[in-house]
Amino acid sequence: MATAGEILRRSLTDEVGVSKGSVSGSEEFHVLAVDDSFVDRKVIERLLKISSCKVTVVESGSRALQYLGLDGEKSSVGFNDLKINLIMTDYSMPGMTGYELLKKIKESSAFREIPVVIMSSENILTRIDRCLEEGAEEYIIKPVKLSDVKRIKDVIMGGDGK
Amino acid sequence: MERTRLRRQVALTRQSLFDQGFLDEQFIQLEDLQDDANPNFVEEVVTLYYRDSARLITNIEKALEKNSLDFNKLDGFMHQFKGSSSSIGAKKVKAECTLFREYCRAGNGEGCTRTFQQIKKEYATLKRKLEAYFQVVRQAGPAETACWPK
Repeated sequence: MATAGEILRRSLTDEVGVSKGSVSGSEEFHVLAVDDSFVDRKVIERLLKISSCKVTVVESGSRALQYLGLDGEKSSVGFNDLKINLIMTDYSMPGMTGYELLKKIKESSAFREIPVVIMSSENILTRIDRCLEEGAEEYIIKPVKLSDVKRIKDVIMGGDGK
Repeated sequence: MERTRLRRQVALTRQSLFDQGFLDEQFIQLEDLQDDANPNFVEEVVTLYYRDSARLITNIEKALEKNSLDFNKLDGFMHQFKGSSSSIGAKKVKAECTLFREYCRAGNGEGCTRTFQQIKKEYATLKRKLEAYFQVVRQAGPAETACWPK
């Protein structure tokens, strides 16, 4: 019996006509989620897994950069093999904010093409503008819902024909 | 018959949490994430919330004891507490957190202290009610908890 995830993936592939080389039915949609809150990490992980995504969750911007190999340390494992389709990050985090993380990602030649979504409980227009100007795909208001994740995934997978 | 009675109790208890304004829509969002493979997801998240909240309450308490209040720091803690409360659908707690943050921004220490007492009360009530709720859920056994009527 096919799971909801498999059905979703199949129907997406049919509708979107995903081409070879982009995310196909056999490759998983890998999301890197960044949030300093225990509760929110657990929730976002579940939201993404239910939406048939492969998930890596980290608790800070610096950990995210470490994972991506952008922290200046020479990574022994070739991070060229690291396939991330989307980064979702909380805005307000101690140390490095989601905005600062966004900037670092957009400054990197290896990862600047990866869509970055900012999550925040605060609906501040200037903040939203700044993030979008810096290249964020979207700025979503917390608490994040399943429909948000599904919509974002559809948008990104749909736009893969570029 | 016992099962039916317990399940009805679960439904009634659950409904009253919404009717009395303790929980909002976000709690239902979490329930929708439960399935056979993850039947206790909501309780797991709520348990994390308790742990997180205990830490934040302690931090806020300490910060409020200082002679000169650091409103930025207090606002920072409360932002976190409000965030996690919002994530589990803790409606009343979230509202009090919003009020606290307003007092922070106004630099009103007395308002902060007063509101914090309220927050602790609301949080304790919510925790008690949720613990009772999950106890009945467990007693009722694995059920159609994932398929609540919307």
